[in-house]
Amino acid sequence: MQQLKTVTHRSETPNISRPYTFSELMVAAAAREISDGEVVFVGMRLPMLAFLVARRTHAPRAVGLFENGIVRENPSTKLLYTMGDPPNILGATQCGQMLDVMGLLQQGRVNVGFLGAAEIDRFGNLNTTWGHRNNEMQRLPGSGGACDIACLARRTVVLLKHDHGRLTDRVGHITSPGFGTGGDWRRSHSLPPATGPSAVITTLGVLRFGRDGEAYLASVHPGVSVEEVLANTGWTLRVADELVETKPPTEDEIRVMRELDPNHFWTR
Amino acid sequence: MTTESKLMSMREAMAQHVPSGSMVLLGAQLEQMIPFAAGHELIRQGRRDLTLVGPISDILFDQMIGAGCASRVMAAWVGNVSAGVGYCFRRAVERNIPRRLEVVDYSNFTLALALQAGAMGVPFMPTYATLGSDLLKKNGNLREFSSPVSEETLVAVRALRPDVAILHVQRADALGNAHLWGSVGVAVDGARASRKIIVIAEEIVEPAIISSDPNRTLIPGFLVSAVVHEPGGAHPSPVQGYSGRDHAFFEEYHERSRRLEDFEEWLSHWVLHVTDRHEYWRQLGPARTDPLAVKEHAFSAPADFGY
Repeated sequence: MQQLKTVTHRSETPNISRPYTFSELMVAAAAREISDGEVVFVGMRLPMLAFLVARRTHAPRAVGLFENGIVRENPSTKLLYTMGDPPNILGATQCGQMLDVMGLLQQGRVNVGFLGAAEIDRFGNLNTTWGHRNNEMQRLPGSGGACDIACLARRTVVLLKHDHGRLTDRVGHITSPGFGTGGDWRRSHSLPPATGPSAVITTLGVLRFGRDGEAYLASVHPGVSVEEVLANTGWTLRVADELVETKPPTEDEIRVMRELDPNHFWTR
Repeated sequence: MTTESKLMSMREAMAQHVPSGSMVLLGAQLEQMIPFAAGHELIRQGRRDLTLVGPISDILFDQMIGAGCASRVMAAWVGNVSAGVGYCFRRAVERNIPRRLEVVDYSNFTLALALQAGAMGVPFMPTYATLGSDLLKKNGNLREFSSPVSEETLVAVRALRPDVAILHVQRADALGNAHLWGSVGVAVDGARASRKIIVIAEEIVEPAIISSDPNRTLIPGFLVSAVVHEPGGAHPSPVQGYSGRDHAFFEEYHERSRRLEDFEEWLSHWVLHVTDRHEYWRQLGPARTDPLAVKEHAFSAPADFGY
């Protein structure tokens, strides 16, 4: 009941400058990267919500894969902290082994994989191994399955907070390869054809990649200026000629998100 | 094949089968069924120079590193899955506290392939994963090679054969035949790749229960060295059908491991001054453990093996 009230309240006052949170906007943008019938390497937190939103709105036949071996057609509607949480297993289509889902990924049968990152650079390379603060190296947790997804998924979609430190000219460590140094770098490193970064969804906008492998600003979120995006990016970011505004989440999308996450645990 | 029971206490199993210097596979089922009780017993018994192998192992690796048990970790991810970084891991890598730690970085897929190669008895498995990454440059167990059957470059992932795999499962018989369901991860290959297996079970059942559903037997007992009956031994990680995940415990550990002094206090409170899992469970108390109990059972439909 409380959830319904919240949604009603918000939809009755659409003129509030930000009736949805930035995270909810990112989730909606991520959900739209999933087409109906596609196979998705889901990941946790915001991508998990994005998969649920996609399934319940425009992509009812999308299939979710998880690194622990789980195949899910019906996403769990419980708030998950990890992909191994019991509600993610109850109601799964299949609980196989890690190599079962990784094998599908390597075959090229995963259309889109979602990743987070501590750092990304202008060619979409990701670093989740070494960070630095006050000139001191900080050891981060590492790849998990991120390197595998970045190497092998048809399209990789990255979600992260947009700031100068995170969007950097060159990452200090390539945990998960994007387009390397651009051009035909992926091919020259023998990575499978027709794979690589497709979109970077940040708190300010959406970046996509040119044929040369370099990122450009494709859309800005409502209320965000291009200058703000450029000022918070660690290299001279190219801007699309036909720059658009990111479409805000629809009422349907917001309703699905708040059903799962009514207290904005993931979507603060 | 022996028909004698392999049941023993956690203390005996760790003392007999996991000496200092061992390569130990832990956390094969990723976020589920992490053998925390076994890891804590190894800490209490003062193991040194272990090589920890596993895809993630959540905060168990962080605790064992912080307690000084490990000199090397071969993993895809070391940290606190729901809360963030592992502070003990960071202190060891960045400042050699409490001792130097060698890190061999894998991805999940390449670690799984290393165990599969071990399980298959071949020197390596091929993959495209890690091409172009710094993991490939820095991990000597990942080597580029030219395919002998196609015009391609791939990565050879060197086989891993851990000395011992420690696996928490839902149920097993006294010979070690084990039923495991839900999150499987790398448990099947990880068990077969290892020279010894220690099975830790929520329940010990009659062999007839295990053989009534042989597809669910992911670990055959003839490979198993020891069986430990330790209900709740995976806390705070979940065990499907037996216990939920204690999210708050992971969050508290995150806060209490940030500073070295706080971690030492945490370790003393939850590991060093606890005699065994029974005492640990008492220390948790019902206010904490009751909410983790299964609230609504969800049994699978029986499968007919008749003919």
